[in-house]
Amino acid sequence: MSTVKLTVNGKAVAVDVEDRTLLVQLLRDHLNLTGTHVGCDTSQCGACVVHMDGRAVKSCTMLAGQADGASITTIEGIAKGDELHPMQAAFRDNHGLQCGYCTPGMIMSAIDIVHRHGGQLDEATVRHELEGNICRCTGYHNIVKAVLDAAGRMKVAQAAE
Amino acid sequence: MYQTTYHRASSVDEAASLFAKSSEAKFLAGGQTLLPVMKQRLASPSDVIDLAKIKDMIGVEASGDTLTIKAATPHYDVATSDAAKKAIPALAYLASLIGDPAVRYRGTIGGSIANNDPAADYPAALLALDATVKTNKRSIAASDFFKGLFTTALEDGEIVTAVSFPVPAKAGYSKMPHPASRFALTGVFVAQTKSGEVRVAATGASQNGVMRVSAIEAALKTNWSPAAIDSVSIPASGLLADIHGTAEYRANLVKVMAQRAVAAAG
Repeated sequence: MSTVKLTVNGKAVAVDVEDRTLLVQLLRDHLNLTGTHVGCDTSQCGACVVHMDGRAVKSCTMLAGQADGASITTIEGIAKGDELHPMQAAFRDNHGLQCGYCTPGMIMSAIDIVHRHGGQLDEATVRHELEGNICRCTGYHNIVKAVLDAAGRMKVAQAAE
Repeated sequence: MYQTTYHRASSVDEAASLFAKSSEAKFLAGGQTLLPVMKQRLASPSDVIDLAKIKDMIGVEASGDTLTIKAATPHYDVATSDAAKKAIPALAYLASLIGDPAVRYRGTIGGSIANNDPAADYPAALLALDATVKTNKRSIAASDFFKGLFTTALEDGEIVTAVSFPVPAKAGYSKMPHPASRFALTGVFVAQTKSGEVRVAATGASQNGVMRVSAIEAALKTNWSPAAIDSVSIPASGLLADIHGTAEYRANLVKVMAQRAVAAAG
């Protein structure tokens, strides 16, 4: 057992876990943050993507101990109170989800994509960049639309700040 | 995953001494291969020693005619490094093709070459560019480092600390990715050194892991152009065959990827 200390959605936490505990297990089973999903559990599907120190990582392919000292943001941590993150709002407005299982990972990856590419996003880039996130419902079409829509909204939001 | 004990090393020496004290330890860098293998219970190290936060093992540096990538540098940081893009753009490009964006944030060059997956990208670059692998004990030429499937010259407890690449006159990389895993069905790295030597290495093709392709090297030495490879014949014997492609298919891919790599190198 070890004590893992990290910041999750802005809050400092210390959790006693077995050393073999995965980051996703710490989030879901110990902190009850079940918005982060486990899809394939083999680092293919991306349902478990969270941000660690601003980078989108697969939380099923990290030990909790590797995140010691890091700042983690999950899907639960991106809205401002009742106001959805622009990426969440764009997914809703563009019907970018059906069953919703992949959605938390899609949104966390998509925010990272927009951060990396800024205003340079086009459809081909979004499709290519989503290669680590699998959706079995939508055929990706509306997900891609949502990401492009959100990229515009995030630029406007950033300009307003 | 079986029980294990996690250690975070703050220096290479500390990592080596933690290893010496453990019964069956494994070094952990990005963990993008080791952790999935542990989750499948195909590996059960008593201890995992995390190298990813050792400051001396992170970074990309260009100095004179050498580009050095420290072993715990994630693929994303190589792909976006100004020094790498300027010195050996084909190498930065190769890093941008590994796995997917989330994997590239975690996976490292040291982890990739120490694992020596027969379909990994980096081994092709190391072999074609005649790189030198630096460890905590010695320097090993790439041609002596890769010893076959998942096998390297590393001794028990030896840690890859960096890889040094001589900057080539020209280089290019092209791969046919497996559509799900993004590993190379076959990938070919071509390089022309500043002294005029031509080196070509293929990954994902041979049953023995990364290999030089001397027939293509000879053709390119005479005429550095994609067309020069047209008449080369690559034997299918000794090449990988699985549900994704036959040995003959991979033999053809070696040619086609080499042609695309030469075209990209210019």
